[in-house]
Amino acid sequence: MLLTLSFQNISTRKIIIGYATWWLVLVLVETYAIISTFNFSVTIALADAVNMNLLIATAGYITFTSLRYYQPNPKNALYLMVWSIALAFLCTVAHNYLMRWKLFPQEDQYHAYLSASQFIRGLLVWFMIALIGVISWIWFYLQDQRAGEKREHDTAKLAREAELASLRQQLQPHFLFNSLNSISALAGSKPEEARKMIQQLSDFLRGTIKKDDLQLVSLQEELKHLQLYLDIEKVRFGHRLKTEVEQTEQAHLMMLPPLLLQPLVENAIKFGLYDTIGEITIRIVTLVRDNQLIIRIENPFDPNTSQPKQGTGFGLNSVQRRLYLLYARNDLLTTHQIENIFITEVKIPQPA
Amino acid sequence: MIKAILIDDEPLARSIVTEYLQAFPEISIAQECNDGFEGVKAIALHKPDLIFLDIQMPKINGFEMLELIEQPPAVIFTTAFDEYAIKAFESRAIDYLLKPFSKERFDKAMQKWLQQRNQTETKANTQTLLTEEVRQPEERNRIVVREGSNIRIIPVHEIQYIEAYDDYVKIFTQKEMFLKKKTMSFYERSLDANQFVRVHRSYIIHLQQLTKIEPLEKETYLALLKSGVKVPLSKSGYAKLKLVLGL
Repeated sequence: MLLTLSFQNISTRKIIIGYATWWLVLVLVETYAIISTFNFSVTIALADAVNMNLLIATAGYITFTSLRYYQPNPKNALYLMVWSIALAFLCTVAHNYLMRWKLFPQEDQYHAYLSASQFIRGLLVWFMIALIGVISWIWFYLQDQRAGEKREHDTAKLAREAELASLRQQLQPHFLFNSLNSISALAGSKPEEARKMIQQLSDFLRGTIKKDDLQLVSLQEELKHLQLYLDIEKVRFGHRLKTEVEQTEQAHLMMLPPLLLQPLVENAIKFGLYDTIGEITIRIVTLVRDNQLIIRIENPFDPNTSQPKQGTGFGLNSVQRRLYLLYARNDLLTTHQIENIFITEVKIPQPA
Repeated sequence: MIKAILIDDEPLARSIVTEYLQAFPEISIAQECNDGFEGVKAIALHKPDLIFLDIQMPKINGFEMLELIEQPPAVIFTTAFDEYAIKAFESRAIDYLLKPFSKERFDKAMQKWLQQRNQTETKANTQTLLTEEVRQPEERNRIVVREGSNIRIIPVHEIQYIEAYDDYVKIFTQKEMFLKKKTMSFYERSLDANQFVRVHRSYIIHLQQLTKIEPLEKETYLALLKSGVKVPLSKSGYAKLKLVLGL
């Protein structure tokens, strides 16, 4: 069956060649059958086969193209039936007329054969046309479904991308406005520092836009961006905030989705700063284990007054969701506490 | 001389207020505070006329700090985020400055305060009285109380029940009791109604603490709490309790 169902990558040209070859083969087989069975001359046998098959091929082509413009559905079955019978009838009559009256008006023996085979011939023609009709129908039906599936897939993909983008860009307005306020304060007393902070804030903001989730970045790059954020927070909270970043060269080359660390660190800083009084240290430790990049972020908190739930704010939820959308896993982000230290740990599987 | 106190956990944010205040030589800054705890102490010590108060601060926020002060001075809130704006005005703040604010905007707030000060000096007391009643209910997850010079933060899940006590309420946790100058209706409104039910004119109980409802006499009932404490239920209180429990 040349109109095969696995049509995914078949070009129109291939279909036409296949269709033509199929009919060519039929012509040859029929010619041989007529010669060996009825002893007609090669000319008659070949003319009979060519004529018949050309007619059926044309009818089949008409059926195929006309089905294209009908939505394939069960109602078309009846239409297909009537259509194929009518075409089969026309083909048989046309064949008979051409062979008997136009091409071989003198061959009585052949005329007898024509008359005798008329009914079975009509039936065979009808069968062929109906077969082409059914195959075309299935073809268009599957094509239609494939288009629908693709549409669905594209829609889902777009939605996922949009969600990832919005999760990524959930920059806390609080951070932005307070940073601007710090700049405003510095502009009066220390304009040089104000300018420097504007620079840092701009570099940081530039880093948060135009990022593609599927385009992984190296930890080294991510830490560079994080440092911009930490520098800004230190202008605001320099009197209280200390940060330690522990990194290994091995971990540097590991890959992770962009802008994943900053919300986690922002969360840790907020939790640490607002839950305690006095100086705090935020520790960021990166290591590699079982071909996974592990990043641990530690902040102090007060176990007496705060339910640790308060620490799992928006920052953690959005990262959890992002990791799920990217890796289809919910176990990559975990938190636990040891005495008065709250620890957020994220695991990033590395491409094999 | 007019005394002011600045309360903000970011030194740079305080410095901008200091800078803008230079245009008002009659106002002196008595103290700058890094958090609400320092703020409470500084206000008790200096009795300022005006405070500039940030909202998001370590341990206790600006609103919670105000609750700890019996007669709060005039307040101008300074904050970066306006989800609190409505609440700030309901706590009868003079004004609400959104960071970063301009010198002009700051001056406007100061003019507003200076004007009100001249007009309402005699009415100062009614103002603080209104503070509490105008508040919108909000669900809280903790209550901040003062214990001598200490400030305690009580997570609401630790509360057993609350009892009326003159102008105060007694807040009972498993181990301790705290006094707070607030009304029963304030807590009835501000605590989560699915967890805290006012079962009596003088009692609010935490449903998680409830173990049993016992009949006392005809048509009167007692609520038995986990700790063994028995709390009387009024008729309407009993009906309310049944409703919340879905009985």
